[in-house]
Formats: sequence, C-alpha cells, structure tokens
Amino acid sequence: MIYGYYPGCCLNTTCKDFDTSLRSVLKALDMPIRQVKRWSCCGSSAVHIASRQMAASLAMTNLAKAEEQGFEQMLVPCAYCYARFKFAMHEMDKDPELRQNVEDTLKHKFTGRVKIIHPLEFFATEEIMKRVSSSRKRDLSSLKVVCYYGCFLSRPPDHFENAEFPQTMDRTVKAAGATVLDWGYRTDCCGGNFSLTRTDIALKLTKDILDGAKQAGADAIVVTCPFCHMNMDARQSEIEAKYSTKYGLPVYYYSQVLAAALGAPEKELMLRMHFVHPQRMLEKAGSHGKQ
Amino acid sequence: MNNQAKALQEKVVSAPTVPAEFEIHPEEVSQFSDSVKKLSNVDINACYQCRKCTSGCPVAYAMDYTPAQILQAARLGLKDLVLGSATIWLCAACETCVARCPQDVNLVNAMDAMRAIALSEGYKPKEAEVADFYRYSLGNIELFGRMYEMGLMGRLKLATRKFRKDMSLGLGLFKRGKLSLIPDLGALGVTLRIRSRVRKSEKK
Repeated sequence: MIYGYYPGCCLNTTCKDFDTSLRSVLKALDMPIRQVKRWSCCGSSAVHIASRQMAASLAMTNLAKAEEQGFEQMLVPCAYCYARFKFAMHEMDKDPELRQNVEDTLKHKFTGRVKIIHPLEFFATEEIMKRVSSSRKRDLSSLKVVCYYGCFLSRPPDHFENAEFPQTMDRTVKAAGATVLDWGYRTDCCGGNFSLTRTDIALKLTKDILDGAKQAGADAIVVTCPFCHMNMDARQSEIEAKYSTKYGLPVYYYSQVLAAALGAPEKELMLRMHFVHPQRMLEKAGSHGKQ
Repeated sequence: MNNQAKALQEKVVSAPTVPAEFEIHPEEVSQFSDSVKKLSNVDINACYQCRKCTSGCPVAYAMDYTPAQILQAARLGLKDLVLGSATIWLCAACETCVARCPQDVNLVNAMDAMRAIALSEGYKPKEAEVADFYRYSLGNIELFGRMYEMGLMGRLKLATRKFRKDMSLGLGLFKRGKLSLIPDLGALGVTLRIRSRVRKSEKK
C-alpha cells in the first residue's frame, strides 16, 4: 500500500530538514509514500479568526483530494496540520449541519475511507521499533535527550497520544538508541502562535522549557512540531541574551534522530539548517554498529 | 460494572427527553453566550468555575482577565468587557484547558468565536499585532493557497513598522535556506475558491 503524504507548508520551506530526514527514514523502513497532489494549507494559525466552516473546509479539502486520489492512509508529519485535520473531523462528527456545509463547499461527500496518521503512531509500533533497533548503523547511546511534544500532538485529548503524559516519541527515540531522560515539560506550550507578534510571551514560555531540559541534564531536545523548533532553535540565542543565561542545546526533529541512527548520509539529515550546535548528535555518535 | 450499576447508568443515560417548552436555551441565560454557541457550538453555560483552565493556562500571567473570568463575564453578558479584553487575543490555543475541563467547555473554540464577534462588530483588538497576524495569515493562504512566509513577514512589518525587530532572525533563517523568496504556487486558487463558497453559504 502506498501512503498519501501531506507535507504542509512548513515542510516545504522552514523545515525542509524535517521533510528530508523523514523521507529518508520512511525509505529505510520500506514505507512507500506519494505526495497528495494539489495539497493546500491546512489553515494553520489563521483559522483562529476564520469561521468554523472555513477552518474545517481548509483542512478537509486535502482529505477530499486524498480520497479522490485513491489513498487509504494519509501521513501528516506537521503537528499543527495534524491537529487541524483532527479538529475538522471531530467537529464534523459532532455537528451534522457543519458536515453538510463543508461537503457542499468542497462538493465532495466524505466516505471516511482515508485515515489520518501521524508518523509517530506508525513508528511507535512494536514491529517498527524492533526493526529500527536491529538496523542501527550509528550508536547514539551517549546522546542524552528529552522529548518535547508541545501542544498539538497530545491535545485535544482524543488523539492517539496521552494528553498529559505522551510517550510515543520517547519510545521511538529510545528504539533509535539515544538515551532518553524523563522530565516534566513534555506538553508545555512554547507560545508558537506569538512568535512573530508577542515575542516576549514566546520567549518566556520557551525559556521555561529550555530550563527544564537543562535541569534534566539533556544534551539535546527532540521535537515534533515546526513551530516549537523555530522557537527553541532559531530563537535560543535571543532567549540567552534576554535572560543572561546559556543553554547551547541543539534541537532535533525525531526524524533526524531516527535517520541518523539508521545511518542516513549527512545530506539527508540537513543539520546545516539548524542554529544551535547542529553537529552535536553526530559528534556524540559512535562511528559504526552497536556496542 | 455490576448489574445494579449498569441499570442505574442506563437509566441516567436514557433520561426522558425534555419537552421543547421546558428546554433551557442559552439565549435565555445570556444573549452573548448564545452568539458564542452559534459560532462555536460551545455552550459556555456549562462552566462551573472550577478554574482548572486558569491554573493550567501558560499565558494567564500576561492576560488582563483570566480565562475563567472571561468565561464568567461572557455568561453574564458583559460583552464590552469580553470583546475589549486582551485575553481573547492572548489565548495561545494550546488546548491545555480543553484537555482538562471537567465540563467539556472547549474554551479555545469559544475564544475563536469571541474574536470573530469582536472583529465583525468593530471592537478594536486590544492586542492589535496579534489580530493583524491572524488577518494577514488568512489573507496570505487565501491568496497563495500555501503559506508564503516571506510575504507574511513583510506584510506584518508594513503594518507594525517595527522594521528592525527580528531582522537578524530573518537573516539567519534565510542564510540557512529556511525562507523562500518566491511563493509556492502549487495550490494557487484552491483556497480562494473555498473562501468564496464559504462566504456564499454563510450569507444564507
């Protein structure tokens, strides 16, 4: 079966590193994907002033395309997009009138055939974790990480994850061989929506998370959401300057950790797109094989 | 569950439906909470002020009224207070409150509705930049079909006139190939078409 792939706007621009490393992992795991044709923006943060019908339609038009293009499962890597899809489906299930309006708008009757899946839902299965852990090419055991989920992977609570204590990324990254630490900031908000407007709020919330990671003794943070990555990585030096402190914590997407473990070449990790100590993961990695 | 408990639960779940004449409608409690319900399908009257939303809210420290206060004010019909507050613009939509509310009051959806009412009724957003950001984001994806980050940042700069803010960040992003100068036009027209159909259908 070929999986539909919905990259979303960010994976095309600000986080090509996420996209490229994820494709590399999916290829290594023999999971064939094909991009959904003519995909459009899921609505992102703009939906907070759009009407409910507009918000649901912006996401669902992509699901309509996936259905028309014959997919049964659609992979949605961006946490924000994933949440928008889940929101739209949830609202339409609760409100038949909204469903009717959205179907009229999109001139498409939803059959419910296409399932939305997040890559972590797939990676955190026993079969895949066993395969990852038995085919590791780099040894990441000396890299201590904390996994940060942010808002949209764990909430609203009807997702696949536990709203207060999510674990899929912890397990996946552990399967990749990194040392995963426990900490208390897995689901705290980084203020992503305010990154460009009330930057002070974004900096404060992100600072709290970076503090938590440092206290836990982490060498790096592993994330899943492009918005969180931007705040933690690209704005880290700004936070250090504002609060007169020093973190020096690299921030990786879980796909980059998996790809590194599976031996992907550097050009597929695209670490050069990062701001803070991008090479630390590879510096800490054992050169080959498991120990 | 034992049989007795099961029987009790069935009884509660299948409580007789209330005849329409005795049904309590939100608009009888407050007109404003009814407007919120119409836009968001959230009945804020279910709130019993436990303030879990406020304890967990990461942005409460920066708000003029706490999330629970805004809910209560909305229920009381204090429309000017709610729509003129910074709180409705400072909700980060992180959904912590939604996950924890014992009454299933989806505060994020309710806040979306309050913002929409504020804009449509001409209330001046207390956090103007936040409102501009949402407006320009929506305009951006409507126009291009996919988010054009450089366009959005440029538009925001023109509006706020804070040209130096985030300049070094922008350069850093550009240097690392994170920003594209030209928009991706792979879905041109898709969102515009949706917008015009939604507008038509909402006018009805």
